[in-house]
Amino acid sequence: MSTLLHCENLSKRYANVLALNNVNLDLESGKIVGLLGPNGSGKTTFIKILNGLLTPTYGKVTIDGNEPGVETKKIVAYLPDNSYLNTWMRVEQIVDYFKDFYEDFRPELAYEMLERLGISPKMKLKTLSKGNKEKVCLILVMSRNARLYVLDEPIAGVDPAARDYVISTIINNYNPDATVLISTHLISDIEQVLDDVIFIKDGNIVLHQTVDEIRAEHQKSVDELFREVFKW
Amino acid sequence: MDWILDKKKPICPQLCEQICVRIAKGEFEPNQKLLSVRDVALTAGVNPNTVQRSFEDLERMGIVYSIRGSGWYVSEDITFAKDTLERMLQEKTTAYFADMNLLGMQNDEIKNYVKEWEQ
Repeated sequence: MSTLLHCENLSKRYANVLALNNVNLDLESGKIVGLLGPNGSGKTTFIKILNGLLTPTYGKVTIDGNEPGVETKKIVAYLPDNSYLNTWMRVEQIVDYFKDFYEDFRPELAYEMLERLGISPKMKLKTLSKGNKEKVCLILVMSRNARLYVLDEPIAGVDPAARDYVISTIINNYNPDATVLISTHLISDIEQVLDDVIFIKDGNIVLHQTVDEIRAEHQKSVDELFREVFKW
Repeated sequence: MDWILDKKKPICPQLCEQICVRIAKGEFEPNQKLLSVRDVALTAGVNPNTVQRSFEDLERMGIVYSIRGSGWYVSEDITFAKDTLERMLQEKTTAYFADMNLLGMQNDEIKNYVKEWEQ
């Protein structure tokens, strides 16, 4: 397995706030990784840097050897924490839009998932519920054949049954060449599918271990350990 | 059969145990093909890499063998799987007796209680 994502002394400062502090991290391909931390810990800042939406104050990040830019956008499928799609569009129009945008997009897979979740391609985005809108966004992202999937809070707004579907989609879509990075605070729902867990606190990575290492070492679930580490 | 996974314990050894149990119970016969990595991952809701490691561990213990490009098969000798089932039965029974002792029941009382409970 090769290194897909590499971060070196990555830091981001907003005026007086240090949102990321000297992050050093390597992620291999073929992993499902959880990026776990409380609100305001730096998860979204980190994810935005990976996607070239923010530039680091210090340090650097490379994805498959390239700094975030045109080349990395071809291989990174990103689910932002809020929707950026035009709400007047129909679901099928957005599928077409993605097909035009990304070479690796697989429309047949998108339609299959939409059908499974009972979302009609004829519907306009603005008539969908918040949860269904989130499902559409996730379907679009997972329908790409990417090397790195970056999912910012993919399950927060969807019901538990759809959550299970999301998780089985991630398992089904598993590919030894691709890595999935999932930021969430709904840990108990997702910890069983993770290889590695990263705890981020005040912009620092405080733990990076496998789920089984954590459970063997602490005799508790990742969720329980999280509650302990981030206790108020 | 559903997979029973304790969230406090590492997943990989638990999958190994449960595959052993299914072999020991006769759900899979010697030289029969086992479930695929993907099937186990999907039905148990766990990471495919973890399932792969479980099969590799079982192979080291001699319980399963792999055929390249085909999958995992149950070994001829399933003694270890049977021993695993026996050990788990013992553990469950020990834990049950310990719990009942804490609730104020002596071992003899527990045995009578179980008999009555059956009827």
